[in-house]
Amino acid sequence: MKELIARRAARLLERGWIVNLGVGIPTLVARYIDPDEIFLQTENGLLGVGPRPPPERVDPDLIDASKLPVTQRAGAAFFDSAASFAMIRGGHVDAAVLGALEVDERGRIANWAVPGEPVLGVGGAMDLLSGVRIVIAVMTHTTREGAPKLVPECSLPLTSIRPADWIVTELATFRVHGSGLSLVELAPDVDVETVRRRTAARFRDLEAKGA
Amino acid sequence: MPLEKLIDADEAIRRVLFDGASVMVGGFGLVGMPLTLVAAIDASPVKDLTILSNNLGEPGRGLGRTLQLGKIRRAIGTYFTTNPDVARAHAEGRIEITLLPQGTFIEAIRAGGAGLGGFYTPTAAGTLLAEGKEVRELGGRMHVFQEAITADVALVRAHRADRLGNLVYRKTARNFNPVMATAARKVVAEVDEIVDVGALDPEQIATPHLYVDHLVLARERP
Repeated sequence: MKELIARRAARLLERGWIVNLGVGIPTLVARYIDPDEIFLQTENGLLGVGPRPPPERVDPDLIDASKLPVTQRAGAAFFDSAASFAMIRGGHVDAAVLGALEVDERGRIANWAVPGEPVLGVGGAMDLLSGVRIVIAVMTHTTREGAPKLVPECSLPLTSIRPADWIVTELATFRVHGSGLSLVELAPDVDVETVRRRTAARFRDLEAKGA
Repeated sequence: MPLEKLIDADEAIRRVLFDGASVMVGGFGLVGMPLTLVAAIDASPVKDLTILSNNLGEPGRGLGRTLQLGKIRRAIGTYFTTNPDVARAHAEGRIEITLLPQGTFIEAIRAGGAGLGGFYTPTAAGTLLAEGKEVRELGGRMHVFQEAITADVALVRAHRADRLGNLVYRKTARNFNPVMATAARKVVAEVDEIVDVGALDPEQIATPHLYVDHLVLARERP
């Protein structure tokens, strides 16, 4: 299911883009892009992230933002954290793929504070939402208990007042525009009624597409 | 300033650290964290430290050990969730935590090192992390005021130094280090190797020597 979401999100990325991948499902997106056409930026200071190395080729000084070993591609560049976030906030990164815990019906995401736990981590999520041109939120459509994650209002604290541009789940892909969500694509063998049943947020369905 | 900057890690900590000091520590997780200097903090009697670092290491490793020893009274950083000891210490009231978005955290340190008072950022506007902070509309967007950050001491990790204290970093171990090196009253750099003056390519030097007070050779690695 996570692979399906990652594969769909990867198709939204365009040739020549600089892309930042968040932790969780977003890291899987790297498997479905052409590394010669899309450049991965990681906020801990590398543009030109390559695939994970085999154990014997791990460099202890070379990791991504998930703190896992990576490689560097030809043409890669290293920089410090201030420069990295200047790129992010300054609008120089084309797209970010971010995991989400909840998304509201205006497309705003909550992905940093976990229910019932003190808020002790935020990382770079707020900066990415404030500055990256296109934000793609990826998540499973419902919680493990089957509760919708696309909701009228987030119960968790928002990561930013800036909404995502796309929301990709294993059931459907939504485009965020103006103030609402539009269903633009269904996953294979999924119908609109299924999506409607598992979604608490209002959205315009496929027929309204292009309107 | 003495020209001989290379000293022993324990001696460096003895010279720059004191009870209640604020200490910047480089590193993203354990990568680029000056682990030899952190071990020297652990072996020293200093306490009540305010640590400014992205994380507090891992349980029992890096600053995670310093936390277990009860030497950290306050932590300012961005991502403490990966070390469950931090959540426990926080729940038990043993540590005070200040959370900042990562870009705001490092820009506040950059501003501190550059002699600025602060800056406005759109990051976190309208969220929980902007509560109690001055907000201002600039260019049609809400911005949050963030005051600059400096510290008593910065402990940084680099790859190579020359005897003057010029520093060269390696790959993603660079992260917060060169910025922190500009923003503290005393700076100690832990390095893999020290070379003669003139042996480093001036084009590669990310931290010019004027920022560095002491050099220490790395003994501990992740």
